[in-house]
Amino acid sequence: MKKKRSGVLRPEGPDKLRGLARYVDDLPFPGGLHGATLRSTVPRGRIRAIRFDPDFPWDECVTATAADIPGQNCVALIEEDQPLLADGEVRHAMEPIVLVAHAERHRVYEALGHIHVEYEPLEPVLSMEDALEAKVPVRAPDNVIKRISIDKGDVDGALAGADVVVEGEYRVPHQEQAYIENQGMTARFEEDGTLLVEGSLQCPYYVQKALVRAFALPKEKVRVVQATTGGGFGGKEEYPSMVAGHAALLARKAGRPVKIVYDRTEDMVATTKRHPARVRHRTGLTREGKLVAQDIDVLMDGGAYATLSPVVLSRGALHATGPYECPNVRVRACMVATNTPPNGAFRGFGAPQTLFAAELHWERIAGALKKDALRLRRLNLVREGSETATGQVLHESVGARDVLEAVVRRGRYSEKKREYARWNRSRRHPSWRGIGVSVCHHGAGFTGSGEAFLASRVALALTRKGEIRVLTSSTEIGQGTIAAFTGLAARTLGVPEEWVTIERADTGLVPDSGPTVASRTCMIVGGLVERAAQRLRERILESTGRMPSTRAEMVREARRLCGREPALRVEEQYTHPPEIRWDEETYRGDAYPVYGYGATVVDLEVDRTTFEVRVRRLTTAVDVGRALSPRLVEGQVMGGVTQALGYALLENADYHDGVMQNPQLTNYLIPTALDTPPLDVMIVQRPYSRGPLGAKGVGELPMDIPAPAVAAAVHDATGLLLTELPILPERILEAFSSDPAHRQR
Amino acid sequence: MARKLPAAEDQSRAPGFSRRNFLKTAGVGAAASTVVGVGGACTKEPTVIGPDATTLRLRVNGTTQTVTVEPRVTLLNALRNELDLTGAKEVCNRGACGGCTVLLDGDPIKACMMLAADAEGHEITTVEGLGSPDEMSPLQKAFVEADALQCGFCTPGFVVSGTALLAKNPDPTLDEIKDGLAGNLCRCGTYSRIFEAVQKTARRG
Ligand code: FES
Ligand code: FES
Repeated sequence: MKKKRSGVLRPEGPDKLRGLARYVDDLPFPGGLHGATLRSTVPRGRIRAIRFDPDFPWDECVTATAADIPGQNCVALIEEDQPLLADGEVRHAMEPIVLVAHAERHRVYEALGHIHVEYEPLEPVLSMEDALEAKVPVRAPDNVIKRISIDKGDVDGALAGADVVVEGEYRVPHQEQAYIENQGMTARFEEDGTLLVEGSLQCPYYVQKALVRAFALPKEKVRVVQATTGGGFGGKEEYPSMVAGHAALLARKAGRPVKIVYDRTEDMVATTKRHPARVRHRTGLTREGKLVAQDIDVLMDGGAYATLSPVVLSRGALHATGPYECPNVRVRACMVATNTPPNGAFRGFGAPQTLFAAELHWERIAGALKKDALRLRRLNLVREGSETATGQVLHESVGARDVLEAVVRRGRYSEKKREYARWNRSRRHPSWRGIGVSVCHHGAGFTGSGEAFLASRVALALTRKGEIRVLTSSTEIGQGTIAAFTGLAARTLGVPEEWVTIERADTGLVPDSGPTVASRTCMIVGGLVERAAQRLRERILESTGRMPSTRAEMVREARRLCGREPALRVEEQYTHPPEIRWDEETYRGDAYPVYGYGATVVDLEVDRTTFEVRVRRLTTAVDVGRALSPRLVEGQVMGGVTQALGYALLENADYHDGVMQNPQLTNYLIPTALDTPPLDVMIVQRPYSRGPLGAKGVGELPMDIPAPAVAAAVHDATGLLLTELPILPERILEAFSSDPAHRQR
Repeated sequence: MARKLPAAEDQSRAPGFSRRNFLKTAGVGAAASTVVGVGGACTKEPTVIGPDATTLRLRVNGTTQTVTVEPRVTLLNALRNELDLTGAKEVCNRGACGGCTVLLDGDPIKACMMLAADAEGHEITTVEGLGSPDEMSPLQKAFVEADALQCGFCTPGFVVSGTALLAKNPDPTLDEIKDGLAGNLCRCGTYSRIFEAVQKTARRG
């Protein structure tokens, strides 16, 4: 890893700017073969036969099928239902069946064309509604992967007694992670039988776990190394285990290193996406607008295998109420299986889906009560001392109101609301203008007792050269892990950042710090880095009386402290605070250690002729506890809200017959420079006593907030409440034509 | 031209899409253009290259390099696989993302969309050729200072496009910057920071 230079926030930055950083496909690969994957062409069926064209020179290639898997044929994660290679039956289109390797990359794709799979087609289930009906069973017993119930108070009684009850249904589609670097992995077996894989990934120990199972190897014989990784957003949390397993299988058979790098189409059609969802709300309120009951039904499409879906559903259910206090809550959440490629982790992890519904529902409520949606939120937002749907009392660091007031002021919400009402009255203007707001919470860290279960570890080593190395399996995927940990360790130790390096995420070198997901890296793993640094500091102080201030002095002291060892090592393990309690059975208790809060005001216009939406400005405020590096936090917020704008307005994954029809960056559109409005970011600090220096997580929160605010602003501009994403011009047109009252506008 | 071109590096079987056909056509088109176009203006006698590997002389980052590649090989693959210049990335391989941007006689081009053979006789600059060996170019430095990168995978393409933009328009407006970078995609959403880096570099002159 790189040394930190002054004026440089990210130690790895200069190499990336010069094109010198080596991502997996950039690494030298002498003597290796290129691997590729033959995938199913039907959504569901039995494999009758696999035929290899006899004329093709197969002796040039190495091929592998399920029969070649030495261990268990599964990609081990939560459940063991997903095979590494389909065996006998395929449960979704684009499911891997045969692997081929060849010394030349273009020849391997040619070879794929000479393999023919014969299927006996079976009736597929392609929509979540059909899955729920369970007329066609595709997953025993009832097509349900997971159900979750949250209950608080007496919802039916409260609804019966409410002054008003407002109902609404909301829908969100698949969303593709579209990390710019495609999935890629290399694998080889070393002389001592160790399987070494290196590639683009978020969670090295997840990959290790999957390979141990599939190859029937002991843990020590599977070494997983993260190459410099070109973005993940959750998309490199689970699928790399599949790619690594495939590369390793071919490498085992070939006796040579194998590299598999997907092209864009394959990556988009075959790998995981954000779960589509349908969310229904039935909300009881007093005449003044105080919540008395929330009855929420969540349905998500998991695709053909469980992957991380149960946990995604859990986070979705736990965020379904929005950040509001309500005495009576019922959430019924269900994840069904369909014959489509499995969905999985994507920044936000179930929360953007349910928060879209919860936040946009305020527009409906405001209409029913004839009150402003902002006023209604102010009446119901959580504050310190509030109790959530699971009975968690929010003791500290609750910035929900602060972030809302910050964006309302900075985004000039109320003035603009009046101004745009006037603007929209004049037909001479080429557009309608509108303003919308939303406020969201996001649980930081793993759900429930997840962190206790993970028991993450981090080590710090002082080497004989006086260098401080941070050893953690948390990965840098663009979010600034290296910069954040460098700063945290240096600040805690009281040494210059240049003395600190972050070890690469290599299971042969670093302890298991848990996966790089769930906005937990900074808060949980960062907390361990901080504690390890404190202990190392104490050790140094005990022996020297003060912290060395020059490098030469540090080297001298380090030699003394290390004795005959190459390094002095301190290790820290996560211990769960006993007062954070969670009951997985009843879904009662502290769902998360703490929550981050964020609010956005969206200012946009809709073209009166083309119905195109142009976002004029996005004002966002986040409470992420103490911001360890405001610059990094701001960058994360800008990135997250940009992805959310894509989710709201552009990204339209088009599925037919269980396959994405537009798996290209030319037809699945993600935001470009031209789609980026001025982004105004405010950081409201509400330190969290257990976070490192007061920090909470930041990565996912910004993805949750903008979509409902965009829909609310389109509502404000046009009078149309579009309850399904993405809000494409043709959808606005359709809504206009089906709503006679609006033809006049 | 009767020879069948090798299959492209793609196996798209999604209904309605076949990049194989697309590249085949592109390949034939481009190869046809090399017949008359190699080395500049139309000549009376067509130059014939292929079907076997051909030796090409490419001017890259100020030095002349020799590569021996099949005619189907793109400039991007020649740079990455033959010259080990891996700064330009293969992302979409169809001109949609700008991850492979390099300069051809100072103009930004998508190296995945040009055959290596067509780049003969032109001055190619890759991200590795910006700045000097010991020092980043002013725009590269500005990217680092503004923290205009996250995962960094799109970054080489952006800094090359930005360099071309500033060479043509030393004092661009925000809209001109956005236009100049519209062919590059960044999923991490670093756009605003990139605008900032370009503006700062412009102001410093
Ligand atoms: S790889 Fe060339 S434009 Fe995308
Ligand atoms: S920095 Fe990651 S794609 Fe641009």
